[in-house]
Amino acid sequence: MRLIDLTLKELWHRKSQLVSGLLAITLGIGVIVGIRSFSVVSEKAVAVNLDNLGANILVLPQSSSVDNYYAADIDASTFPEEYVEKLVTSTIPGVDNISPKLTRRVKVGNENIVLTGILPKSEIASKPIWQRGGIQGQQAAASCAPSGPKKYADAKLQRKGIDTLANNDCFIGSGIALRLKLKEGSKLTIMDKEFTVAKLLPETGTVDDDRVFANLHTVQALLGTGEQISAIEIMGCCSSISEGLLGKLRNVLPDTRITTIGQIVSTQIENNKLMSKISLVFLIIIVFVGGISIGNYIWGNVNERRKEIGILRMIGYHKRHIYYILVLKALLMGLVGGIAGYILGTLGAMWLGPQFSGIAVSPIYMYFFYSIVVAILISIIGSLIPAYMAGKIEPFSNMQED
Amino acid sequence: MLIQIKNLTKTYQRHDGAINAVDNLSLDIPKGSFVTITGASGSGKTTLLLILGGLLQPTSGKMSYNARELDLLKEKDMATFRSNHVGFVMQSFALVPYLTALENISIALNVKDKDNDKNRKRALQLLEWVGLDDRTTHYPKELSAGQQQRVAIARALANNPDLLLADEPTGNLDPTLSEEILGVLKEINQKQGTTVVMVTHSPAAAEYGDTKIQLKNGKLHTNEKV
Repeated sequence: MRLIDLTLKELWHRKSQLVSGLLAITLGIGVIVGIRSFSVVSEKAVAVNLDNLGANILVLPQSSSVDNYYAADIDASTFPEEYVEKLVTSTIPGVDNISPKLTRRVKVGNENIVLTGILPKSEIASKPIWQRGGIQGQQAAASCAPSGPKKYADAKLQRKGIDTLANNDCFIGSGIALRLKLKEGSKLTIMDKEFTVAKLLPETGTVDDDRVFANLHTVQALLGTGEQISAIEIMGCCSSISEGLLGKLRNVLPDTRITTIGQIVSTQIENNKLMSKISLVFLIIIVFVGGISIGNYIWGNVNERRKEIGILRMIGYHKRHIYYILVLKALLMGLVGGIAGYILGTLGAMWLGPQFSGIAVSPIYMYFFYSIVVAILISIIGSLIPAYMAGKIEPFSNMQED
Repeated sequence: MLIQIKNLTKTYQRHDGAINAVDNLSLDIPKGSFVTITGASGSGKTTLLLILGGLLQPTSGKMSYNARELDLLKEKDMATFRSNHVGFVMQSFALVPYLTALENISIALNVKDKDNDKNRKRALQLLEWVGLDDRTTHYPKELSAGQQQRVAIARALANNPDLLLADEPTGNLDPTLSEEILGVLKEINQKQGTTVVMVTHSPAAAEYGDTKIQLKNGKLHTNEKV
């Protein structure tokens, strides 16, 4: 009979103790898995909402100001479009979207409008709010989410986004549509060039409502600027920004003014920090409470088994065998408790998530591994002192009558 | 000589002073002998048995086994000594409650040899020898007191010890069962040549020994060879 058989037999013999010990680990791991599963999805949801605010880094000509982000590029001086290529080829981490723009005020009839040339693919990607409006019909992932999916999982949607803005097409803001009485399919003539309104954009409450968006290269030709642009919007991952992304960008484009949209970035960073802190606090609580619970359980078990341990020592088992039996027991309980805790926490989060906050929670399979490792570690750490004390039990503790 | 002890003393510190449970005791136990130890409660007989079995460290004195002096302070060495050379039979049987009769014997075999099949065969042989081959899967609570003590004896013999130590082995048994168990111990001593040292209160049980020792206040009072 091997020691593992002896351990399993003992576990099975004291079922009520086994259940209470397992319950402590399962609940502890279940709580942390549930909270983490829920908070990861919440982080993504919050980050998506934050990304809907738009880009968070702006590249402008040196002489420009960013007092009003939404109007910063209007009538600004320009810099070469090749700067975009410099950024793309720099492979700086944490840069999610690069959106070059050329913007000028122009007159259409008696109305002043803002004409903005964009490269559709990148512009659309950095404006998730448009996607919800129907151009792509797909919500962008959060640039700052811990492990969000790729922004455009469906390649067909991506191509559709590019194709919708042909040279003669334009998207118009809701304000312009109202003032010029335009609808999708209407014709709009700007500086003697006729455009077809491909899409009416939903109201945003910003200067974008007064914009007409057309293909960047069409606008460049129309304005006669050549291959010049007035701004590059970038969606930078907030964690990269706090790690010095701006400095890296400035190295690539030294003669530009690169700035963050402070409120957006600080909100993103604060949100991420808060989520991380909450998870850490819970993890510490679980480790302490779980460790103490397991330690208490093993301690009670050792006291109850003084006679058995004495018998084993009497027939020649060494102290290391006793340590082995008790730590193996803790390891087995940690293993089972970790698995059960993962299942409980995941199912709990999947059930409670939609009920409490309308967020659909999916299983995070990596947590299966983490749950087992944390549960085993907690169990083993909790069992160390009781195991040490068990080794001190004298082998003659069963010489006297009960 | 299987065991020689010289000037052995075991002192317990109590709140009201030190007590010598075994007091400067010297004793020789020949190979193949059946030694019974009697004495009043507190005379030091169980303490002596614990020291002989390597279960308790003496305060001073020496003990040699097969002419080799034992380092009584090394816990690890004493554990190995117990598993290799000593078998124990206790008044309370000392069986693990959640293990079957067969498993209770197997755990003793497992200390020395990890071969499960071999150990199982040996455990079955021993159960057959003590007449319990039809009780292999029974748990201690499913066995009578006499049957439990037979399992304990089978376990004590598992590793072919040279020395069998019995502490009041008939203390929980009725006279008929006591006689039966004492007969088994005598058979082990006579047929297998195993040295038996038995602590008992019972004068009748003490009669089974070929050497009868009486302790008084931790000292050797009488040492009578039959």
